[in-house]
Amino acid sequence: MPNEAVLAPPAAAAAPRKGRRPASRSFWRNVLRRILRDPVTLACAVILLAIVLAAAFAPAIAPHDPYRTSMLRRLLAPGENPSYPLGTDELGRDLLSRLIYGGRLSLFMGFAPVVLATLVGSLFGILAGYAGGRVNMLIMRAIDVFYAFPSVLLAVAISGVLGAGIGNTIFSLTLVLVPPIARVAESVTTQVRTQDYIEAARATGASGWRIVTGHVVSNVTGPILSYASTLISVSIVLASGLSFLGLGIKPPEPEWGLMLNTLRQSIYVAPVNAVLPGVAIFATSMCFNLMSDGIRAAMDVKQ
Amino acid sequence: MGLDTAAARRPATPGDRGDPRDRGDPRDRGDPRDRGDPRDREDPRDRGGPQDPRDRGGPAQPLLAVTGLRKHFPLAGGLLGRPQGWVQAVDGVDFAIAKGETLGIVGESGCGKSTTARLLMHLIAPDAGQVVFDGEEVGAMRGLSVRDLRRQMQMVFQDSHASLNPRLTIEDSIAFGRKAAGMPVPEARDRARTMLGLVGLTPGQFAQRYPHELSGGQRQRVNIARALAMEPRLLILDESVSALDKSVEAQVLNLLQDLKARLALTYIFISHDLNVVQYMSDRVLVMYLGKPVEIGTVAEIYERPRHPYTEALLSSRPSLDPRRRRSVPPLSGDPPNPINPPSGCRFRTRCPLAEPVCAGREPLLAAAGPDAPHPVACHARQPGSGHTRAAA
Repeated sequence: MPNEAVLAPPAAAAAPRKGRRPASRSFWRNVLRRILRDPVTLACAVILLAIVLAAAFAPAIAPHDPYRTSMLRRLLAPGENPSYPLGTDELGRDLLSRLIYGGRLSLFMGFAPVVLATLVGSLFGILAGYAGGRVNMLIMRAIDVFYAFPSVLLAVAISGVLGAGIGNTIFSLTLVLVPPIARVAESVTTQVRTQDYIEAARATGASGWRIVTGHVVSNVTGPILSYASTLISVSIVLASGLSFLGLGIKPPEPEWGLMLNTLRQSIYVAPVNAVLPGVAIFATSMCFNLMSDGIRAAMDVKQ
Repeated sequence: MGLDTAAARRPATPGDRGDPRDRGDPRDRGDPRDRGDPRDREDPRDRGGPQDPRDRGGPAQPLLAVTGLRKHFPLAGGLLGRPQGWVQAVDGVDFAIAKGETLGIVGESGCGKSTTARLLMHLIAPDAGQVVFDGEEVGAMRGLSVRDLRRQMQMVFQDSHASLNPRLTIEDSIAFGRKAAGMPVPEARDRARTMLGLVGLTPGQFAQRYPHELSGGQRQRVNIARALAMEPRLLILDESVSALDKSVEAQVLNLLQDLKARLALTYIFISHDLNVVQYMSDRVLVMYLGKPVEIGTVAEIYERPRHPYTEALLSSRPSLDPRRRRSVPPLSGDPPNPINPPSGCRFRTRCPLAEPVCAGREPLLAAAGPDAPHPVACHARQPGSGHTRAAA
């Protein structure tokens, strides 16, 4: 289950880095150098790359058709039959193939809601932060209403009302992820807005739209994206959770959360098979978390 | 800064704080007080310099006339968001600036200098008061819109780093205002490069750099270039050189003097540094706790100060001359809280001349008589005020 603490915007992500920034070219080179020296981040990047590539080239890599059932080869243990290295599920489908294909949906469910929520949340957050005053209060209090519900409960409730399906799952997850992103965007924008260069831009008589597009956006995207990247793992776990409850992806699509649900009934017969989709979810979200932490640490240079 | 040999050999002046061998030091051109009466100096209005087509009222009409400018900031936190009190940041400021003149504004930290500058730019909305720019009232029905005002009036801020967008190149920062005003991008870029040259930065070398790659003095030059790119007639310099070190400060001050002559500019020069104000200004406005207390020419303010606060400020300047040094601070304590300023004269709590009349009535900024023409807001200097030191 997702960790509620992850959804709370960290103060470090919200604060734009103070002080001088090094020259842009050498800055990114420094970041890369620091990442290459960090074994944890590097290992996570390699694992994620493998998962993403496997999902992308699933038809070429998967040994079997993930949809083909076989009543004769149900719940083979891993290694029992050399042509099914990770065994089979309760309908005799190859587990390795289903895990590889499942990565497509699970990764998509990790990214799509975060991308959508970043667009929508930044829009509201920047608007609230730059306008300030009443507009800010109106937007942020409305967002606080969503905050009042635990994220899982909210996702379950929205999906429950709308019904299962990919589109509805993406919609409900987006709605869950908008408030934290909006809050980070608002706090960063509020800090940027009080900078002298914004006053100087106002003094030239430029319109609010010009100032936001020309000065605010470029200064808030860094912190917003850095925070949004931590939400990818949350989104993957939430999507799997919804599928597990039968509110997300519908069978027979291969999706890790859904696989976890259907294999649950066989947990006493084939415990290793039942755990494998969970391992995939855990490894992917863990790697995303550790990698975004590592990148953020590498970018957080006190000059 | 230690007493170095060159300074010791030379008779020290109050304005002497840096190394006089520093070729950029403006004070090296002689004691500013030796320049005599500012009226004897070259009047920029008399020069056959560039005539601005935007000039409406001619040289006799003040470029900017301000009356009754007031801003009280609410103190948040009351029940239902009602303000708990008001910070009287600026409370009734009046002055006028002639075309081609430099008006210095001095005062302690928190006296409302910067708020006044932001009010003039309409970066914050004034509560009351009238701002008339070259005969046109700002914000009035048939007057000048705030947007048009901002085209003719620009501001350079104190913090050279915070006032430049870290994500934009120098060129883009300077060109932004013009682009926003509808100028085509290549043209705005060209102008930005011209402006860089004008402030003494080689365009080819600096245009594509980012603010963090520049020194403080270079950044402040960029800020000046950005303000000038809008072709203002009035430039507000809000502590613009205060954060620079002394030799760089001197270079930027000379640049400002040079630009003023070349572009027929008018300056409002805000600073807490009395020597710099003396060097730059034609006239000086002294502020205390949101109110002007004295206004006059440089010679009048620096040689014949009339308000006790101005006297205290002037004698608080550090001096290398042992005969002028003082061990007792001329002013003690902090200024009173602007949330609840003292009744009557706001300076009376720290004033050596305070009497009961000072608590009762507020002194107005007024000329005292024909022989002492520069206005001062002090009962002790105004005949008939009831103060024992004032003439009856």
